[in-house]
Amino acid sequence: MDASLFIQYFISGLTYGSIYAAVAIGFNIIYNATGIINFAQGEFAMLGGMIASVLAPSMPLVLAIAIAVMATAAVGVAVERLVLRRIARFGVLKMIIATVGLSIVLREAALLLWGESVRTVPFFTGNEVSSVTMLGAHFSPQVFWIVLSIGLVTAGLTLFFKLTMTGKAMRACSANREGASLCGISPGAMVAVAFGMSAAIGALGGCVVAPLTQTHYALGSSLAIKGFTVAAFGGLGNSLAAVAAGMLLGMLESFSIVVVPEAYKDVVTIAVLLAVLVAKPTGLFGSRAAGALKAY
Amino acid sequence: MKRFIPAISVLALAFMLPPLLTALKSAHYMTQLTMSAYYALASLGLCALMGYAGQINMGQAGFFAIGGYASAFISKLELSATAGSGPAKALDALGLLSKGLDSYGNSYLSPSPWLSCIAAVLLAVGVSALIGTPVLRLRGHYLAMATLAFGIVIEKVVRGTTALGGADGLSSVPAFAVLPGLEITGGRAARAANFTVSWVVLAAGLLLLANLVASRSGRALRALHDGEEAADAMGVDTARVKLKVFILGAAFAAVAGVLLTHYNGSIGPGEANFMKSVRYVAIVAVGGMANIAGTLIAALLLNFLSLRGVFGSLDDAVFGLILITVMLIGPSGRAAVSRLRAALSPKAAPSAAAPSPRSAAPSPRAAAPSPGAAAGVAARDAARKGGAS
Repeated sequence: MDASLFIQYFISGLTYGSIYAAVAIGFNIIYNATGIINFAQGEFAMLGGMIASVLAPSMPLVLAIAIAVMATAAVGVAVERLVLRRIARFGVLKMIIATVGLSIVLREAALLLWGESVRTVPFFTGNEVSSVTMLGAHFSPQVFWIVLSIGLVTAGLTLFFKLTMTGKAMRACSANREGASLCGISPGAMVAVAFGMSAAIGALGGCVVAPLTQTHYALGSSLAIKGFTVAAFGGLGNSLAAVAAGMLLGMLESFSIVVVPEAYKDVVTIAVLLAVLVAKPTGLFGSRAAGALKAY
Repeated sequence: MKRFIPAISVLALAFMLPPLLTALKSAHYMTQLTMSAYYALASLGLCALMGYAGQINMGQAGFFAIGGYASAFISKLELSATAGSGPAKALDALGLLSKGLDSYGNSYLSPSPWLSCIAAVLLAVGVSALIGTPVLRLRGHYLAMATLAFGIVIEKVVRGTTALGGADGLSSVPAFAVLPGLEITGGRAARAANFTVSWVVLAAGLLLLANLVASRSGRALRALHDGEEAADAMGVDTARVKLKVFILGAAFAAVAGVLLTHYNGSIGPGEANFMKSVRYVAIVAVGGMANIAGTLIAALLLNFLSLRGVFGSLDDAVFGLILITVMLIGPSGRAAVSRLRAALSPKAAPSAAAPSPRSAAPSPRAAAPSPGAAAGVAARDAARKGGAS
């Protein structure tokens, strides 16, 4: 493999790795707040991309993306308030079934609203033919936007959880729910914030990669499975590790084309997931102690 | 005897419905009822795992597809070139080869559907044992994701493999001559007979399940459902019991896949789709989880309506909504029914001001924790601390 081809694969891995990381961060925020895995996580990214693609022709792109992110965040909060909060007491199996149900309802709603055509969001700078050349490899400037966004989200989240009162309250809830509520923190409100944030991050990820990867109503379930792979790979609950794991998986997937036929690309991802789950359920960077703290 | 009611009813309907539907000039419903019976068989396999063992499998459609595809692939193999070889002769001597002329007048020599059926079910059993052994060590979300991942792998492999027809799937699957004069095939002439075959197979599955649930293994399963550690402590080999039910469920799905594929004469990657797996889960959930009769009724009714096209373009959405609604209604369908009954009975009216069981449940815990609950919480906390240190 020559250098330019290598960079081409590398960039493609970076692009897909970023969206997987965005979905995985969403998984982690909700997991930290509630101890559940939200199977509708991929649908948040799908909704973000779809809403932005619908709005973009009639308004500035920045505004379209902002509305898409906020609308998806509202969907996230609504999902938690209207459905999941009422089921939480009944155990993991019911929670899994309910979030799977939600993911299908969101997906079918998108199908009814926007049809089954593949949609796209305009490029942030330039258009589909503009490219940056590096060491003989050509790639879209959108890649910079993708990497920038995921970097900003990660940095922003780290600061949010370290510095702001809400962030600290959320961490307190995740460490000890009863203790936090004795200190005057409302765990219910924190869970709602977590769902809103998680949906917003997923939606942003969906908007940023949509110009390159396109968006489609049925995108959610495959994004969810890869996002979960990444979250489990990095260790559930650890968002920084999720970014690293996301990049790793994106690279693995894009370089796997060298050895495995394209049609089996997803099989590679899933083989990784199964191997990680079976061999080291706490993930590459997660400690056994952190895993044992969670109920599930 | 109560446990045999579903099996006996299905067996009776297997023979009573064809003349009845013909008399009502609704014989065409038999096609969808046949297909529904096969889907119901796959749902019942999942019911044993989800309802009785409390383990989720989000890849049930994968096993259905393994059965269907394997049987279709093997029974379509052309063996004319190897006709004289030793293995082919041995198979022929056992009556496991089918030969004849195809519709173009060319002679063919293929493994008989009996052979392909047995091979396909064995393959599904082997794959489920291989996958189940590591995966069933996982719990909750991890188990759900791992089985979901398995289902997606099967779909991707099937869709990406040209030998399996890629996105088109396999068609012109030969008829399955179960007995002389009785073929599993989709022709109009064979409609009533096929309906009876499918419902008899379904009744056999129900009988097997009813016996399993009432047996020692069934009690072990319920113990497992109520608490894995407790079951373990009582001497239940939890890993073994879980694996057995997982394999049994896979075998049910594979048999259903084989028979439906020969009935339809084709199978496509859609059968391995994630949505199909979700359907099986939805059906078991609507049926009330650990409820064989409930799963049976839900499976027959929902599949029949779906196959008749009643839900139109909302087909998948209906199953998603079902999942959410069933979970919202309450911890189990039975509890919802008893709550409904309590709300509707006239005696309950004066005490309507009293908290319903739903809102009452958390309050004793908040106000005055019962000693049992407190001990449980303390034990869990201790366990967590132990795990963390």
